Amino acid sequence: MAHLVLDRLTKRYADTAAVDQVSLAIAAGEFVSLLGPSGCGKTTTLQMIAGFVEPTGGAVRLDGRDLLGVPAAKRGLGVVFQNYALFPHLTVAENVAFGLDMRKVPRIESRQRVDDVLALVGLVGMAGRYPVQMSGGQQQRVALARALVIRPALLLLDEPLSNLDAKLREEMQIELRRIQRATGITTLMVTHDQAEALALSDRVVVMQAGRIEQDAAPHEAYEHPASGFVCDFLGKANLFTVEGVDDARMAIGPLRIAVPESLASHARAGARVLVRPEKIAFGPPGEDHLSAVVKSRVFQGNHWLYQLDTPLGSVLVIRQNDGGLRPDEGEAVHLCWRAQDMRAVP
Amino acid sequence: MIRNGWLSLAFHAAFIAFIAAPLAIVCAVAFTPLGYISLPTSGISLRWFAAVADNPRFINAFWLSLALGLVSSAVATVLAVPAALAIARHRFPGRAAISGFLLSPLMIPHIVLGVAFLRYFSQIGINGTFASLAAAHVIVILPFALRLVLAAATGLDPAVERAAVSLGAPSFTVFRRVTLPLILPGIVSGWLLAFITSFDELTVSVFVSNPSTTTLPVRMFLQIQDTIDPMVAAVSALLIAATVLVMLLLDRLVGLERLFVGKGQQR
Amino acid sequence: MRSRRLAPYWLSAPALLVYAAFLFVPMGAIVLISFQHFEFYGGIQPGFTLKNYAEVFGDGYYWEIFGRTFWIALVVTAACAILGTFEAIVLNRMANPWKGLFLMIVLGPLLISVVVRTLGWALLFGSTGLVNKGLALLGIEPVQFMYANIGVIVALTHVLVPFVVISVWASLQRIDPAVERAAVSLGAGRAAVLRRVIVPLAMPGILSGSVIVFALAASAFATPAIIGGRRLKVIATAAYDEFLNTLNWPLGASLAVLLLIVNIVVLQASNRMMERRYKAVFNEGGP
Repeated sequence: MAHLVLDRLTKRYADTAAVDQVSLAIAAGEFVSLLGPSGCGKTTTLQMIAGFVEPTGGAVRLDGRDLLGVPAAKRGLGVVFQNYALFPHLTVAENVAFGLDMRKVPRIESRQRVDDVLALVGLVGMAGRYPVQMSGGQQQRVALARALVIRPALLLLDEPLSNLDAKLREEMQIELRRIQRATGITTLMVTHDQAEALALSDRVVVMQAGRIEQDAAPHEAYEHPASGFVCDFLGKANLFTVEGVDDARMAIGPLRIAVPESLASHARAGARVLVRPEKIAFGPPGEDHLSAVVKSRVFQGNHWLYQLDTPLGSVLVIRQNDGGLRPDEGEAVHLCWRAQDMRAVP
Repeated sequence: MIRNGWLSLAFHAAFIAFIAAPLAIVCAVAFTPLGYISLPTSGISLRWFAAVADNPRFINAFWLSLALGLVSSAVATVLAVPAALAIARHRFPGRAAISGFLLSPLMIPHIVLGVAFLRYFSQIGINGTFASLAAAHVIVILPFALRLVLAAATGLDPAVERAAVSLGAPSFTVFRRVTLPLILPGIVSGWLLAFITSFDELTVSVFVSNPSTTTLPVRMFLQIQDTIDPMVAAVSALLIAATVLVMLLLDRLVGLERLFVGKGQQR
Repeated sequence: MRSRRLAPYWLSAPALLVYAAFLFVPMGAIVLISFQHFEFYGGIQPGFTLKNYAEVFGDGYYWEIFGRTFWIALVVTAACAILGTFEAIVLNRMANPWKGLFLMIVLGPLLISVVVRTLGWALLFGSTGLVNKGLALLGIEPVQFMYANIGVIVALTHVLVPFVVISVWASLQRIDPAVERAAVSLGAGRAAVLRRVIVPLAMPGILSGSVIVFALAASAFATPAIIGGRRLKVIATAAYDEFLNTLNWPLGASLAVLLLIVNIVVLQASNRMMERRYKAVFNEGGP
C-alpha cells in the first residue's frame, strides 16, 4: 500500500482551479518532487497536505488514514518552509526542540534527540546560536533538523533551496539527498528548478495549470516526455514536426531520416519529435544531416551552448568542452544525430 | 494564518464597544430635546447645536483654535522640512543630538511644558497673546510633523536625485522637481497631523491662554469644570464628526497605518 | 565642498533656533524657579533654596499625591498592556477590509481631543449613570466611578490603550507569517502559538508601548481633572493648583521638575534595557 495517496485533490478559487483533480501515490521512503512553473499549483498542493489550505474536493490519505479531517497541528508532518520560518527569538536548540516540547517529550530525551539531529545535519556546536547569527545555508539545516527531529511520517519541503546561491545550493542538494537516504523518510519536495528535481528525486511529477503532466522517474521523464510542455520544461529541447513518411523514411524539412524502431507507430505526417541538444553533433553534409549557421555560442564551463539558424528554425546544440570541433559564430556547419535519439512527443 | 476564534471575536467586540462607548454617548446626549443631560429617548432635537451657534464664547474659541492650528502647523512644517532633509540625507557630527533635541518635546510631559511656557512668557510679558500661544504650539507639534517628513525623506532613494544631477539639473531644480514631489505626501500628512494635534491640544494651552485667547478645548474644559450641559456635548459631537472626515481624508492620502505606525500597505 | 558639509547645519538651524528660544530657555527657567523661594506678598524671591523640594518630600499630602499618581499609572499601564496586546493580535489576524476598518476605529480616537473623550466618560459615569445601569444588568452593585480612582483609571485606559495597539501592531508586522505556520506544523495548538511564538516576538512592542503609556498616565492632566475632581489630585493637577490658584510657582515648578525627572528616567532606563535584551535576538535596538 502506498504511504501517501492524493486522490483527485482539487482546490478552486472563484472560477479557476489552482489544483485540478491531482492524483498521486508515493511509496514509503520515496523522494518525490512536484515540479512546475509558478502558478502551476504545486505549492497549493503541498499546503493542502500540510493542512494550511482547505481543499475544495478530493482526499489525502496517509497510510490509509484520511488526513483532511485532521487539523494541521495534529498531522505530525515535518514541514520545511521556503524562508525557513525559524523562530527568531529562540536559539537553534530551542527551535529544534519546539516540536518535541509540543509533544511533551521529557527534557533529557529531548536534549539527546536534538543533539542527534543537529549532528545529522552537520550543525554540531551551534545549539546556542540565534538564527540571525547564522548563514542562509545553516538556517536551512536548522529548519530541516526541526522538521526531522519529531520523526514525522512525511517530510514536506517547500522550495527549500531557492534562497541559496548557486554553489551552496549544489552542496545542499547533496546533503539533502544524503540525509533523506540516511533517515529513509518519505519526502515530497516542491520546486521550480528542474535540474534540482532531476538530481534529487526518485520520481518527478511535472505540473502545469493545476494538473499533472507527467509522473515518472527523472531519467524516464527527461528521455520520454509525455507532452510538449514537459519536454520543454525539463532541460532544453528541439522540437521538429514530421511532414510525412515515405518508404520508411521521415521527411522533416529537407531531411530524410530512417524511421527508428521506437518511433515506428508514432511517425506520420504531423507528428512531433524531440531531439535533445546534447544528442546533436557536428558532421559532414548528408541527406539526413541538417545544414546550419552558428548564430551564437555561449561558453558554460564544461560545455558550449550553440544556437544555430537552420531550415527547420532555431536549433540548440550542446557540446562537451572536450577539445573537439568548436565552430565560430557565423560559420556554416552540418548537424547530425542518431535516429534512435529522437523521441516521440504526443 | 490562524483565524480568530469566537472567544477572540467576543473580546474584540467588547473592546470596540469600550472604545466607542464614550464617543457614542457624547453624540447621543448632543441630540437631547431636554434642557439637561439626558439621552434623546423622547425624540431628537437640534436645539443644542443651535445653542452652540448662538454662543459667542464657543464660536470665538473655535475660530481661535482654527487660526492657531493653521498658523502653528504651517510654521512647524516649514521648520521641519529642512531639518528632516538634513537629518535624512547627511551623516554629520551632531546628527543624533540634533534629531533627539528636535524630537525631545515628545518626552516632556505637557504639564511641564505648560508651566515652563507660563513662567517664560510671563517674564517676557507676552503671556496670553496669540503669538505666545502659537510659539508654544509649534514646540508641541513640531516633533509630529518632523517624524512624518523624516519618514518620507529617509524613504527617498538617493539614486533618484543622483540621476537628476547626472542629467544636468542644478541643486534647487533637483529639490523642486524631484525631491519635493516625492516627499510631498509626507509633508502634507505631517502638516495635517500637526494641525490636528494643535487643534486638540489642551494641557499646555490651559496655562498659556487668558480670557481673550481661549482655545476651543480650553473653553470646553473650563465649561466642564463649571457644569456639564448638553451644549458642550453638542460641540464635542461636531468635533467628532469633523475628525471622522479628516481621518478618512488622511487614510486616503497616506493610510492611517503609515501615519501612526510608520509602515503600512503600499498605496 | 565646505558649503556641502555645512548644509545640514544651515538646514536645521531655523528649527534649532526656535527650539533654543522657546524650549531650551523656558525649560531652564522652570528648573531655575523650582529652586527659588515664594513669598505670598512678595512674589518670587531671588536666591537659591531647596525649600520647595523639602516641602514636597516632607509633606504627607504630596506623598499621597505621588503615590496616587503612580498607582493609577501602574494600573492603567497593566490594563492597556493586556487589552492593547490582545486587540492588536486579534486585529492582525483579520482579513481586509475588516482589519483596516477596525484599525481606524481603534486608532481614530487619538485624533480627537482628550477633553471630548473624557467628557464621554464623565457622562457615562455621572450624569447618565449608564455604566452603573449596565453593571446592574450583570447583577453587580453600583460602583462609584466619578471622583474616584477607578473612574480615572478606566478613562485613562480608554485614552491611552491605542498607544499599545500601535506599538504591538508594529512589532507584529515584523513577524514572518510563516513562523506561525511552522509552529502549527510542529504541533502547537492556539494557546501554545500565542504563548511561545507570538507574544515573545511582540514583546518589544508590548514593552515600549507600556512605557509610553506609563509616562503619559503619570503626567496626565485633563482626565484626572475632570473625572477625579477637585479632591483627587495627581501630580499634574497639583501643579496646576500651585500655578493658577495658590500662585506658588516655585513649588509648582518643583512638582513639574520631579515629574519630568521621573519621565526621563523611565524612558531612558527602558530604552537601555530593551536595547540590551533584544540586540542579541533581533540584531537591532528594539522595535
